[in-house]
Amino acid sequence: MVLDRLRFRFIPCLLLSCFGMWDVSVSTANDTARSQVELINDAIEQGWKDYEIRPAPEADDAVWCRRVYLDILGRIPTLEELNQFLATRGTDNRTKLIQTLLYDDRYTEEYANHWGGIWTNILIGRSGGMDNREMTNRDGLQKYLRDSFASEKPYDTMVRELITATGTTKPGTENFNGAVNFLIDKVNADDAVLATSSSSRIFLGQQVQCTQCHNHPFNQWKQQKFWEFNSFFRQTRGLRRFVDGTRDVAYGELANQDFAGEANDPEDALIFYELRNGLTRVAYPVFTDGTEIPKSGYLSDVNRREELGHLMLESEFLDKMIVNRMWSHFLGFGFTKPIDDLGPHNPSSHPALLDALGQAFRHSSYDLKQLITWITMSKPYQLAAVLGKANEIDDPSIGEMPKFSRFYLRQMSAEQLYQSLVSATGAGAAGSYEEQEQQRREWMKQFVVAFGTDEGDEATTFNGSIPQALMLFNGDLTRQATSIKPGSFLDRIQKDGNSTRERLTSLTMAAVARRPTRNEMAVAAKLYAARQNNELEMLQDMWWALLNSNEFILQH
Amino acid sequence: MTRYWQTPAGMTRRHFMSHLAGSSGAYAASLMMGGSIYAHADELKQKRRSAILLWMGGGPATIDMWDLKPGAATGGPFRPISTTGDMQICEHLPLMAQQMKHMSVVRSMSTREADHARGRYYMHTGFVPNPNIEHPSYGSVIAHELIGQRPELEIPPFVSIGGASTGPGFLGMAWSPFSVTSNGRVRNLEMKIEDTRLMQRMAALSMIEDGFAKRTRDTPASEHAKVLQKTYDLMTSDQMKAFKVDQEPDDVKERYGTNGFGQGCLLARRLVEAGVPFIEVDLGGWDNHDGIHPTLQNNKLPTLDKAMSALIEDLDQRGLLQDTVVMCMGEFGRTPNINAGAGRDHFARAWSCVVGGADLKPGIAVGATSRDGSAVETEPFTSEDLMTTVVKGLGISTEKTFTSKNGRPMKIAGGGKIITDLIG
Repeated sequence: MVLDRLRFRFIPCLLLSCFGMWDVSVSTANDTARSQVELINDAIEQGWKDYEIRPAPEADDAVWCRRVYLDILGRIPTLEELNQFLATRGTDNRTKLIQTLLYDDRYTEEYANHWGGIWTNILIGRSGGMDNREMTNRDGLQKYLRDSFASEKPYDTMVRELITATGTTKPGTENFNGAVNFLIDKVNADDAVLATSSSSRIFLGQQVQCTQCHNHPFNQWKQQKFWEFNSFFRQTRGLRRFVDGTRDVAYGELANQDFAGEANDPEDALIFYELRNGLTRVAYPVFTDGTEIPKSGYLSDVNRREELGHLMLESEFLDKMIVNRMWSHFLGFGFTKPIDDLGPHNPSSHPALLDALGQAFRHSSYDLKQLITWITMSKPYQLAAVLGKANEIDDPSIGEMPKFSRFYLRQMSAEQLYQSLVSATGAGAAGSYEEQEQQRREWMKQFVVAFGTDEGDEATTFNGSIPQALMLFNGDLTRQATSIKPGSFLDRIQKDGNSTRERLTSLTMAAVARRPTRNEMAVAAKLYAARQNNELEMLQDMWWALLNSNEFILQH
Repeated sequence: MTRYWQTPAGMTRRHFMSHLAGSSGAYAASLMMGGSIYAHADELKQKRRSAILLWMGGGPATIDMWDLKPGAATGGPFRPISTTGDMQICEHLPLMAQQMKHMSVVRSMSTREADHARGRYYMHTGFVPNPNIEHPSYGSVIAHELIGQRPELEIPPFVSIGGASTGPGFLGMAWSPFSVTSNGRVRNLEMKIEDTRLMQRMAALSMIEDGFAKRTRDTPASEHAKVLQKTYDLMTSDQMKAFKVDQEPDDVKERYGTNGFGQGCLLARRLVEAGVPFIEVDLGGWDNHDGIHPTLQNNKLPTLDKAMSALIEDLDQRGLLQDTVVMCMGEFGRTPNINAGAGRDHFARAWSCVVGGADLKPGIAVGATSRDGSAVETEPFTSEDLMTTVVKGLGISTEKTFTSKNGRPMKIAGGGKIITDLIG
């Protein structure tokens, strides 16, 4: 298996330079992935049969290309990239594109930024590390995650590092370890309740929050389990490091410390919790499957978080949770809703497939790029985003179990939207890296406040607010993106192509990966007249309309 | 068809859009779906309830404002004065004293959240903060419940002036506060192109929208058009004039106070007149751990006194107070004990809120605190109770149940008890 993985990873890169052997590498990748793709296809198609539905037709190449760029790299393809893909011949053109986006050095940085951003939001939310009273350093976490994705770190290694990390939060400080930023603001307050619920929910799909205070009526977790899981975090402290001579937090350090327990006996470091009827119970570290570890609170006897990291990696829920998360990322809905609740009370749409994919992922040595390949090569990912008569019942937005008989529309994330506007038009791409990053954050801050999205939200319907729509109508970025100054995107489009029709086609392809409809050509003609035959201004109007359309903002 | 690409003189946008929709078929159909028709003005006047929350960020020392303790060691230097209502208030609120016949003071507030963030959340939502769920705030709940009374409204139903307020929680983004500065400036409102061209762009946009919605036949594609419609309405609506607070005569501006809060209150009045169901106006600076009394006397109280009294007076004179609840509160009160820095610290156990308007009984003091102000001596009331009472005072059913994202049924403010002195 390890060999397989290495071959899978390196051969495509190696062979890029000798184009003639490219097909060989693709078929190698195909071989490795084929059984997993078949696994997915069989299970999903069985569901279609069971429910007597016919899937939507396959999405055409251009739309699919836009889709896969957005999902893997976090932005739409440029016009050049799109045209290049459309010029690729052969039935395995889609497989080739997936491999290019995943393994070509040109895309490593974008891939790592995109997934690093996604995981930053999963781990600390969109607002984590934004307040200077926090110890969390957002840049530190992002750096750790970017490096992890760029170096193709196996997923299980990443989880273990996040759970067991010690060190400082801020890049450039002594003992820096960006991974500590996940837990640093979750271990001190409220007896590490937040560390408990976040770790179990994000990595194991176990929703334990409610059991903090009582046994939940329809959750298999009991209150006892909550506090047993919580006990693993009680040897850990987030320490504030101040700016010299002030009370300003400069950075934080996550450290393990001997834990005396709440009865002040380190040899038997127990904690107390209260039942609803007022009775007090005790808890020691016990993993969800019942595995106990020594009760001592001395680090020299047992490092509780190290033990937890180890136990988590053995749990099948670790595998299922990441598979469910990735599936939901690419297909719009997970096998369960919400995706991070895998308890027996929460039915799954395709339980056998979830199990099997979890095992296959474990056997791939937790290689996320392989998992991405299986999912993006699978049949449901090829389908058009069309709800038809033959699959009318497949509508998870009204609470039906998803059957993946079409591609579910969903809104781009704020990050995808920004990156897409930037890469399509060059807006926001002027100035130094720092200036660009500054501009990106400013925009994101305004947009996310307007959006109010939280971590873990599945935005499958347009929940945009008016301030956000105003921002896209009239904001600075849109103004830059629709600029007609010399050298701007529109100016370049206008100087290119043989005819107005061709230029309009370029515009529509760049925005929504299709040719303009007859109606759109007609409206463009009217705009042309209204602009007193100024073609550039007409293109500007059309471009503005395209960028603000549902078709642009919805991943489809 | 070509004439739709020019602006017919004197034509309204609606007229324009409806013509476009009528003659060019599908183009504007999706954008028109969210459109509305003006109902007859008289019918609407009957039931147009609103609420205004004056938010005193930082936690005001209500012992120095609404529930004075003259003679007690904790009493501080301020003297009580008589009012037009059946209670006394601080001498540095003389204009409010004239308006107290319209307002009541709940002197028996007793809560447990004495941290700014937690108290702010608790007093805005009627729920204690909970990591698993975000509860909707006053503004979101009330806008959600009252929007049905005003189909003609084109501006957002929950406006927050000079502050961020608190969000819609599980009610969703449509009910989030629309934030403006106290001079009524709305961000990104102007496209800076001619109206004609904007309409033409919208027509092109609506055609692309409609084409995509038709091809995919999926909900998100058509939902998007509704937001665009609302945004366009906002950009072009006559009702946006309500935000132009600087068009008020100088003497009116003067009466409210020519500061952010004063102009914010004036804007709030204009928004109530325009039919907005919920407005929050923010006045910060009440976290007076040091030197509290000079700050109150020279700054905070005069600012509040001018703006709040002018607001109530104007609402009353325009016949709006009978349908508008006005509330004034912060996240908690402040300690009776005056600390070494001559300030007061956070105190949630015994404090006051001021409410009035709509169906709430005016001019009374509800409950009482002990001689030194350190404890409530009558039945204590919580944020849950206050919110339930305010909601009932607006004619909203207190039995209303929402469903949170994780499927939990939830009453407004968790079903607090009604403060019966304030409403039957």
